[in-house]
Amino acid sequence: MTTTIPTIVLVGHGMVGQRFLESLADRGVTGRARVVVLCEEPRPAYDRVRLSSYFSGTTPEQLSVVEPGFMERHGVELRLGDPAVRIDRGGRTVTARSGAVVPYDTLVLATGSYPFVPPVPGKDTTGCFVYRTVEDLLAIEEYAAGATCGAVVGGGLLGLEAAGALKGLGLTTHVVEFAPRLMPVQVDEGGGAALRRTVEDMGVVVHTGVGTREITAGPDGSVAAMRLSDGSSLDTDLVVFSAGVRPRDELARDCGLPVGERGGVVVDERCRTADPHVYAIGECAQAADGRVYGLVAPGYGMALAAAGAIAAATDAERARGPVFTGADTSTRLKLLGVDVASFGDAHGAAPGSLDVLYSDSRAGVYKKLVVGADGTLLGGVLVGDADAYGTLRPLTGTVPAVPPEQLLLPAGADAPAAAGPSALPDGAVVCSCHNVTKGAVRAAVAEHACTDVPSVKKCTRAGTGCGSCVRTLTALVDDELAAGGTVVDKGLCGCFAHTRAELHEIVRVGRITSFTRLLDEHGRQEARGGEGCEVCRPTVASLLASLAPAVGASGYVLDGEQAALQDTNDHFLANLQRNGSYSVVPRVPGGEITPEKLIVIGEVARDFGLYTKITGGQRIDLFGARVEQLPKIWARLVDAGFESGHAYGKSLRTVKSCVGSTWCRYGVQDSVRMAIDLELRYRGLRSPHKLKSAVSGCARECAEARGKDFGVIATSNGWNLYVGGNGGADPRHADLLAQDLDDTELVRLIDRFLMFYIRTADRLERTSAWLERIPGGLEHVRDVVVEDSLGLCAELEGLMEQHVAGYRDEWAATLDDPERLSRFVSFVNAPGTPDPTVRFVPERDQVKPDLEILAGPALPVRTLQEASA
Amino acid sequence: MTTTTTGRTTPTTGRVEVRASGAWTRVCGLADLVPGRGVAVLLPDGRQAALFLDRHGAVHAIGNRDPFSGAYVLSRGLLGSRDGRPFVASPVLKQRFDLVTGVCLDDGSVTVPVHPARVV
Ligand code: SRM
Ligand SMILES: Cc1cc2nc3c(=O)[nH]c(=O)nc-3n(C[C@H](O)[C@H](O)[C@H](O)COP(=O)(O)OP(=O)(O)OC[C@H]3O[C@@H](n4cnc5c(N)ncnc54)[C@H](O)[C@@H]3O)c2cc1C
Ligand code: SF4
Ligand code: FES
Repeated sequence: MTTTIPTIVLVGHGMVGQRFLESLADRGVTGRARVVVLCEEPRPAYDRVRLSSYFSGTTPEQLSVVEPGFMERHGVELRLGDPAVRIDRGGRTVTARSGAVVPYDTLVLATGSYPFVPPVPGKDTTGCFVYRTVEDLLAIEEYAAGATCGAVVGGGLLGLEAAGALKGLGLTTHVVEFAPRLMPVQVDEGGGAALRRTVEDMGVVVHTGVGTREITAGPDGSVAAMRLSDGSSLDTDLVVFSAGVRPRDELARDCGLPVGERGGVVVDERCRTADPHVYAIGECAQAADGRVYGLVAPGYGMALAAAGAIAAATDAERARGPVFTGADTSTRLKLLGVDVASFGDAHGAAPGSLDVLYSDSRAGVYKKLVVGADGTLLGGVLVGDADAYGTLRPLTGTVPAVPPEQLLLPAGADAPAAAGPSALPDGAVVCSCHNVTKGAVRAAVAEHACTDVPSVKKCTRAGTGCGSCVRTLTALVDDELAAGGTVVDKGLCGCFAHTRAELHEIVRVGRITSFTRLLDEHGRQEARGGEGCEVCRPTVASLLASLAPAVGASGYVLDGEQAALQDTNDHFLANLQRNGSYSVVPRVPGGEITPEKLIVIGEVARDFGLYTKITGGQRIDLFGARVEQLPKIWARLVDAGFESGHAYGKSLRTVKSCVGSTWCRYGVQDSVRMAIDLELRYRGLRSPHKLKSAVSGCARECAEARGKDFGVIATSNGWNLYVGGNGGADPRHADLLAQDLDDTELVRLIDRFLMFYIRTADRLERTSAWLERIPGGLEHVRDVVVEDSLGLCAELEGLMEQHVAGYRDEWAATLDDPERLSRFVSFVNAPGTPDPTVRFVPERDQVKPDLEILAGPALPVRTLQEASA
Repeated sequence: MTTTTTGRTTPTTGRVEVRASGAWTRVCGLADLVPGRGVAVLLPDGRQAALFLDRHGAVHAIGNRDPFSGAYVLSRGLLGSRDGRPFVASPVLKQRFDLVTGVCLDDGSVTVPVHPARVV
């Protein structure tokens, strides 16, 4: 035993390298060893699989796969931009480009692959690119700004992704593939044909069966055209090579470690090379089965095997540890919007296998299953509609309970639902990214008490990779909950079996304007004719209020039956405090306020003896008003031009702002004006939970917009819109929905986003939880509100227009109506008498509730969560 | 701007009475009540009651003090019913109280006083 702590050096911080570090940390190794990471790229590991999503607005930071604080927490030394250049196996050191020499006890190579560029003349001309790293994409994006036409060399998986990116950048796009069909490795001839039709329909020009002979430059020395093997020529400004990848094994070669015939550091089942101190994992390794894998899931398998071996204290422990002996190369992708999947023996290579085909060329759908003579499902190809992938892939190797042709029929066309996740065996791998079986998912529900998909994701990691398994996962979790006797009653409460979203539709479509009608016609049998309960009454009140203009109901929340549905806060248009008094929060749009208005607030507070405090929402809260004082206080505030701040409502709270370009030397837009505009537009909007927003004048983000339900950050070209942020108990940073919007586009997207949320969210579900819950997550929301995939946008915008047009200040309206005012009394039979139990004592020059007067038998207090649930 | 807060004296279809300290006290007109919403009543002995009208026209009164917070606010809770029995949920931390028995539905060891109430 040595007395110094051992050093583990990782070369390469890609997806697999990071997974390796996580596994080391999980096994406690980071606590007892020094871990040094040499990283060639200028940024920590990121999600290369989702690299292309950069072009749909995902920032490089959002692509990160490193949990914030991970390196610090585990004491890992990460050296960015400093690649390893030499290994000295004898002296056990690694030399980095910076000249640093790092000694190691264990060395792990995770250097990935490099894109193969065929040796065609002109391949290094300005305007030629590869497609592998964030830096590659940034360079392509910049160059494309001055280009009109682009060509991709290679029609495989990555080539089509690159083509999608060029198309998205507005270029006329060509794909040149040497093989006779697109994606020759994954799909067969029929699938290739279907794929080609769909890709061509999207405006990409496809050339198959031709090679690239030469890249020719124009007079300025940059790419001008491509000469093809059939003698033709293609004019293009930009070329992306995507002709496959090769393992980056040069460090290993140079230090004499064996590499495979076609590259890749040779390793055993525990990913150890010929040198017991050196391991290799991921795309740079040739696995024990002699294959080099170009997918992330097998790489994760290798990371776990290597970490297990390194963590083992003894040979015996090592022998029991995880191994990597091979993986299946099933893939599902969405290429240029086309769903493509292949799994198992997709080409029917096994002797005696039969093909079962379904093809609908008009719809661009092609599906093939390969079935053994005994009916065993061996593999398949799905193009255009790959929904069945989630169930078919895990069924591979079994004889499905349903005849294969039925498995292929599109949903609705007589297809039996029998092939759902319940048909899968326990050993079936549901999530191939993290190698999670159906059994493990079931155990998460049954033994670890996970009661929803997010908690199962956390517990098993399933669904946190490429995401293609989330649908199957969801179905499985629901099945399992139901089987475990948890009646998955999605109903709102004991009175309604419907969810909030369903009630929203019932109210809207049925133009229902009263709670009792809704309860008596749509409530649970046993609840009809009753009073409802404390859960459904305010929920329905909120629905009626937000749909009021659309269904022809009164939007004023104190009117008629509506008055009896509201929480006390909504009823008195103020917030109840612990001693039965109320707080008053006037709206201060964007946090901007004149000295005159500040003086009025000060005078009102002084005259009524109210406790004043600056809130966390950039406004001022006045505490300690008795109900009968509320109208008098508001009469003064309304006269001075204030209106309700809706601090009491499940509605828009504040739109915080930073000072922005008017004053701040960094500001690039007028964030205060935008914050005021947004606050005035959405004030009073009733929603499933409160809504918060903020606008920052530049990327320094002083308004904390990314902690808000919808946050806006200025760019030099306009505004970036972020959604789904949250502070509070479970903070979440908002995700980028769209970039560089002008004022009109920004407002239009927020209109749609908010109305879509109001329509589909559950009761008391903030946008953050909603975004995490809904199938498809952010992508789905983007499809609906940006791309209008459901054709809903006009309607959503219309609903918001009606809200804006129908807005009235609730406090002004209340003051104008003696009948409404009559409710603001402490006692119905003694309207002139103030409640003697609401009393105050001094505290720091102001007042605080006198709790002594309320004291009685002490009772346990329920937690906040129970109370607000 | 008017800030009148006097109780309404519009014609009623009935008077509401609450019994406390052995006597019925007239507290308001039926028309002063909104079905599903409570009001606070100051009883002659200085105690406070929370009075509710349900959607079927029945009136119920219980003590106004929420025993969990000490605040006199049960009249501002939301009315509901379970298995046909009316309850009120405290506006402070949401515990529910049966309006007929005064028993807390979330903690059977806690009760609030019940006052007989009627419409005459
Ligand atoms: C007054 C204020 C604290 C202060 O003195 O600064 C406050 C006070 C209350 N907050 Fe808050 N929150 C206040 C800013 C915030 C902020 C900061 C912000 O908005 O920038 C947050 C975190 C941001 C967020 O919401 O994402 C915040 C997160 C919460 C939460 C947790 C929400 C969550 O999603 O986890 C609750 C509980 C709830 O809503 O269920 C809550 C609930 C409450 C309630 C309503 C609790 C209650 O039911 O009595 C408090 C009553 C306010 C009153 O009586 O007037 N308050 N609260 C702030 C009022 C801001 C305003 O001007 O309107
Ligand atoms: C556009 C695109 C789409 C993809 N889509 C999918 C998909 O849908 N499904 C799927 O399974 N896979 C997909 N892949 C492949 C997947 O990204 C890789 O399998 C995975 O990233 C491999 O991880 P790795 O850690 O082995 O290599 P990498 O992620 O490439 O990481 C290797 C790292 O090592 C660094 N490095 C190299 N040499 C040195 C050195 N000498 N010193 C220091 N650092 C060094 C490199 O710079 C790199 O950062 C896709 C890849 C791309 C490019
Ligand atoms: S976010 Fe930018 S513009 Fe706004 S105050 Fe901060 S630094 Fe200035
Ligand atoms: S299969 Fe990729 S996340 Fe589950």
